[in-house]
Parts: sequence; C-alpha cells; structure tokens
Amino acid sequence: MAQPSTPAPGTPGLLLTADDVTRVVDRMAHQLIERAASSGGEGDGLADLVLVGIPTRGAPLARRLAARIEAFTGTRVDVGTVDITLYRDDLRTRGVRALEDTRLPDAGIDGRLVVLVDDVLFSGRSVRAALDGLRDVGRPRAVQLAVLVDRGHRELPIKADFVGKNVPTSRSQQVRVRLAEVDGEDGVGVTDA
Amino acid sequence: MRESLTHRHLLEASDLDRDDATLVLDTAAQIESALAGREVKKLPTLRGRTVVNLFFEDSTRTRISFELAAKRLSADVINFSAKGSSVSKGEGLKDTALTLEAMGADGIVVRHSASGAPHRLATWVAGSVVNAGDGTHEHPTQALLDAFTIRKRLGRLEGVRVVITGDVLHSRVARSNVRLLHTLGAEVTLVAPPTLLPVGVESWPVTVSYDLDAVLPGADVLMMLRVQAERMNASFFPSAREYSRRYGLDADRVARLGDDAIVMHPGPMVRGMEIAADVADSPRSTIVEQVGNGVSVRMAVLYLLLGGNA
Repeated sequence: MAQPSTPAPGTPGLLLTADDVTRVVDRMAHQLIERAASSGGEGDGLADLVLVGIPTRGAPLARRLAARIEAFTGTRVDVGTVDITLYRDDLRTRGVRALEDTRLPDAGIDGRLVVLVDDVLFSGRSVRAALDGLRDVGRPRAVQLAVLVDRGHRELPIKADFVGKNVPTSRSQQVRVRLAEVDGEDGVGVTDA
Repeated sequence: MRESLTHRHLLEASDLDRDDATLVLDTAAQIESALAGREVKKLPTLRGRTVVNLFFEDSTRTRISFELAAKRLSADVINFSAKGSSVSKGEGLKDTALTLEAMGADGIVVRHSASGAPHRLATWVAGSVVNAGDGTHEHPTQALLDAFTIRKRLGRLEGVRVVITGDVLHSRVARSNVRLLHTLGAEVTLVAPPTLLPVGVESWPVTVSYDLDAVLPGADVLMMLRVQAERMNASFFPSAREYSRRYGLDADRVARLGDDAIVMHPGPMVRGMEIAADVADSPRSTIVEQVGNGVSVRMAVLYLLLGGNA
C-alpha cells in the first residue's frame, strides 16, 4: 500500500504505522469479543454490547472495532457516539468549541454493556465527561473503556479495560493519532511540543 | 470551521457573519440531536453561571424559551419583568442594569420597547447581552430560529427564496431576518402595503413587492408577520378586511405555493387577520416547530456566549 506521507517504520517519533494500527484494532476486537462473552450477557454477550466512540477520533475507531467484531463473529454490534463538549470541565479555561455528533443506537444503553472508545487516554478528563454524559442518557449494566493509546499522566482515578498500546511519555510531549476517516491515513506518532 | 463567536454580545443579526451564524445553527442541531429521546434533558455546561431575563415588554414564547434554554444548560435563571419591579417606582435602565451586574449576572437577555436599549446596556455591564427584541429594531435569535427551521425543513439556506409579508415597518423580526438570511445566502422578498414598509427599504438587500399573489409561485418560504396594532398610532391601511384580503394568507393562496414551500409565522399570530386558521394548522406550517427550534437555538447562543471564558 503506497502511502508516501506515512513515515517508514523506525522513523523517530512514529509509534504505530498504518499496518500496526490495523493489527492493534484487530487484537482489541478479539479482546472485546472475549470479554463480552464472559461479562454476564446473553449468549456470546455481543447483542448486549454497545461501542460508544468519543469524537473526534474515538467515533471512527468504534466503527472499526464493530466492523472487525462483525468480520470475526458474524454478529453486528451496535455503535454510537457521544460528544462530550457540553460536559467538559475546561470550557472556561480553554473556551467553547464546535460540537460534534451524538448518536446512540435506537435500542438505547439501558442494561447493556457500554464500551467507551477513544484514541488517546491521557488525563482521564474526557472519560469522566463521557461518563457524565452517559449517565444522562441511561443506565448501562456496565461501562468499560477501550483506547488505542494509553500515554499515562492520569489526573483522575480512571483506568482503561482495553489498551492498544501503552506509551510512556513525558507530560510535555504530544501524541498524535491519525485515522484515515479523519486524517486521510492511519498512524500514531509522538512529538516533543 | 469556526469554534466560537466573533462578538461577546448578540445585539443584532449583523453581529454574526456567515461562519458565526453557521456555527450557531450547527451547534443548535447538535444540541437537538444530543437531547433527542433522552429522559434527562439537561446539560451541565453552564453550571454556576447566572442568566438574567430582563423583560421590559410583554412576551410569552421568547421569555419562556430563553428560560428553558438557560435551565437546560444548568444556568441559574433570574426572571425580571418591569411590572412588579422597581422600574414601576421610576428606576431607569442603567440602574437596573448595574444592580443586576452587582449581583453577578454572566448573561443578560433583554427585551425593551426602545430600539437600541440592548446596545446601551452592553456598554454598562461586564456580562454578555443578548437582544431578545428591542422596539422595532432587531430580534436576532428569532431570525436564527427561523433560519434553523428553514434549513431543517428544506435542507439548505443558500439560494432559498423567502417571502416576508406583512407589517415590515414595525417588525424587528423582519429586520433581523432580512440581515441574517442575506448573510446566509437566501434571497428575500418583502411584500407589504407601501405604508407598512420602512423608509430606506430600497437600501436593504431585498426585492420589494406590493403584490403577494405575484410572488407566491416562486416562494420556498412564506413568512407571515403580525400586524402590530399596539405600535400603530396612525391608520396604515383602510380596514382589517382589506388588509386581510390583499396580504392575508388563506387556503387559496397556499394552494398556489410550490409543493415543498413552507409557511412560517414568528407568533403571536392573529388568526383571521394575516393568517387563516386552517393555514396555521396545516402540515406546511412550521409555527409550532419554530417554538421548539427556538429553545435549541437559544441554548446554542447561550452556550457559545457564556460557556467559555466570559
């Protein structure tokens, strides 16, 4: 696959190539299938599962995970997105911003297993905002968290249940997840700010 | 894409350029879809912020709409109406404003019978001022909710042909709509008897007609305005019946509209005067929808003005 703008493996700062992202998403999909089966739902637990992406990049990531789960098991999984902007605790310091989509499956989230999906887990504040958002929408049986990259530096007692890649970073560094749906290509990089 | 509004206040439709206006409409649409079908229709966004509804003039839907919008964003809301306040003891706008300011109002939603009152207010207070209708001048959030309604029904605003009919002279709704719809790329035609058109209308970005029947077939949107009898201190037309016959919307005229055309009215309506009852209740009419859209649009405005570092 010719993607001239994707740096070759081994490029400084590049954590995951496009192929790596594909592999990591596949692995996470398998882990989700396993966990859903043992999480107390009906049958394989997948009918119970709702993947809820946090915009911007959590949304396409959730759709990809659902597509891989369907490819592996033949079962279609519900997907949604929940925009957290109106629940953020940093609006006053960082200012308002444009809202993104909130869309939840028609069947709702009551009594189901919701897995929040995001690209990068950092302070944990986005996840807190998403949990607050979910609480206003319904009452899931359980909520879990899946992230492509966990870069540490939590400011809240929040932990991911599914992690694509753990990346030790310094607080001043920037982790950039690029997904084809948003950025035109896949890849994860880290830069010194 | 723009993330926040250019101005701190919303005093008139021209405070919004095209990107600003689009941001408000997009934000309203996202809020609407985020709250759709939810049990808890409340967001924590403006917790700890105070919004004062300062109404010096009667209002039903605008005041309730702003109140609901602020409450759904978890702001504390203080409703102030001139009746029953110190205004009836002779307190002026400035002192009222400074009092509210001292109580820590982050946002002031103001309606006043004097054109320009919100502009004056904005120079006295630190918070954001939202014009909820000033005299015969402007009513920007009404224009925003009308634009939102048109976009929702027709899917676009660019190139949409909007006919605004009725008492343009006294209508702040018409002024705000002409400006905003022009900003957003719609083509506006005003239809009214010559006595109900303002001086200088020829400099507005509109086409003017005196003949409603002539413009009906080409209209995508027909916006009816109320005849504002309370602001009329002279005779602007011979009789209500004659006005109604020439400029009122009845079923015959509706039948001559295009298939997808919609009928709007900012309310309050005078059934039988500018609009026939069966037209107001028909599926083409967006009148009730406009009220619901008003809450979403005002939530968007309050969020964008007060949500950040005010």
